[in-house]
Amino acid sequence: MFTLQGYGPLLLKGAKLTIIVGAGAMIIAILLGLAAALCKLSRFKVAAMLAEVYTTVIRGIPELVLILLVYYGAPTLIQDFAAFMGKEVYVEIKPMAAGILTIGFIYGAFATEVFRGAFLAVPKGQIEAAHACGMGPILTFRRILLPQMWRFAIPGLGNVWMVLIKATALVSVIQLPELMRNTDLAARNIHKPFTCYFAASLLYLAITILSLVFQQWAEKKANRGVRRES
Amino acid sequence: METAIIIESLPKFLDGTIVTLEITVLSVILGFILSVPLSIMRVSKNPFIKTPVFCFNFYFRGTPLLVQIFLIYYGSGQFQSFLTDVGLWHFFREAYFCAVLSLTLNTAAYTSEIFRGGIEGVPVGEIEAARACGMSGPLLYRRIIMPAALRIAWPAYTNEVVFLLQASSLVSIITLMDITGVARVVSARSFAFYELFLTAAGIYLVLVYGLIFVFKRVEKRITAHLNPNLLIS
Repeated sequence: MFTLQGYGPLLLKGAKLTIIVGAGAMIIAILLGLAAALCKLSRFKVAAMLAEVYTTVIRGIPELVLILLVYYGAPTLIQDFAAFMGKEVYVEIKPMAAGILTIGFIYGAFATEVFRGAFLAVPKGQIEAAHACGMGPILTFRRILLPQMWRFAIPGLGNVWMVLIKATALVSVIQLPELMRNTDLAARNIHKPFTCYFAASLLYLAITILSLVFQQWAEKKANRGVRRES
Repeated sequence: METAIIIESLPKFLDGTIVTLEITVLSVILGFILSVPLSIMRVSKNPFIKTPVFCFNFYFRGTPLLVQIFLIYYGSGQFQSFLTDVGLWHFFREAYFCAVLSLTLNTAAYTSEIFRGGIEGVPVGEIEAARACGMSGPLLYRRIIMPAALRIAWPAYTNEVVFLLQASSLVSIITLMDITGVARVVSARSFAFYELFLTAAGIYLVLVYGLIFVFKRVEKRITAHLNPNLLIS
């Protein structure tokens, strides 16, 4: 019963694409999260408000709706807008781009909160000391804040990654041949849906376990210079 | 922008909202009922009680919900003859039943881990005091540990319920007509994609922030004795 009848490699190929989509989305989420966290902490009210709106709205809408909105909605929205301006265009977003961008955009909102907390966790004295040494805001950020906040951000980012990699299963609805989609194909061909989906779930579980191990290693590495309080 | 289509499909969206709420409320209640004993088993010192719950929670938290839904909805087909024999096929044939079952199991896993954190957060002194008063076993859990654990776990539980409400959008993939399902079907017919998905997004936003409002009110109520401002007034 537990044989995939030669469809194992297809699932593995899907798992590879799942990781690629996840990694791409994570990079976007980190960049967006950093930018939005800085906006939230900045003195500029407009930037802070925009970042607040971004996190509030994104966290209130299901991922699936956002993925469908970007994949199906964005092209027609651009076309309608172009028609309104009196131009005729044809826009199509590739499933890969739609998947990575949307998931990155969604989890950027979650990463924002992680980074905001991490920036606030860096002791204030450090920043004052940097100012006293004559560093400007940009130099202080680059030399003092950015290197030190990762230590506080890694546990939170690890959580974001775990949720994100599972959310990539949703891009199968826009026909991207990642793990879920390929499992679907295999299940249809060999008429063993339980076997196939169970195998896929074990692959996801393997990704989760590897991520946990990596996270523990990264936390240890980030904390290596810190005196343990006892 | 085709506002006419949005207005035209509002009754359908209302039906979809009812389906979304029904599935969410059912899974939240069933998940809660399951997760209380699971969380108590999870903190047990006996490895034969603890380990099965740990494995259940690890599996359901470590795999995507979509896989779990497909595993139950499509996967049950592989055992059709067996399920017919025991008289359960009738249930597994229904997408609605499979949706509620998978959402329930999923949220039970997450919730029992949240409650485990709550149970472990109950001050040892309270448990000692209860034991000194002669309480033990079920009485201790019912009167002292669970109420205190629930208060500690409430903010995290709020998040879990919000996630479940959003996760219920996945049931549209197995043909159920919830909010997302309505948006998908109507937009596929009318090509008014962004109008309808934006409408769906708007409904979810209202539901999510309404839910958060209600849960915050409950939180204030169950932790009123810890709020010094309320004591004065």
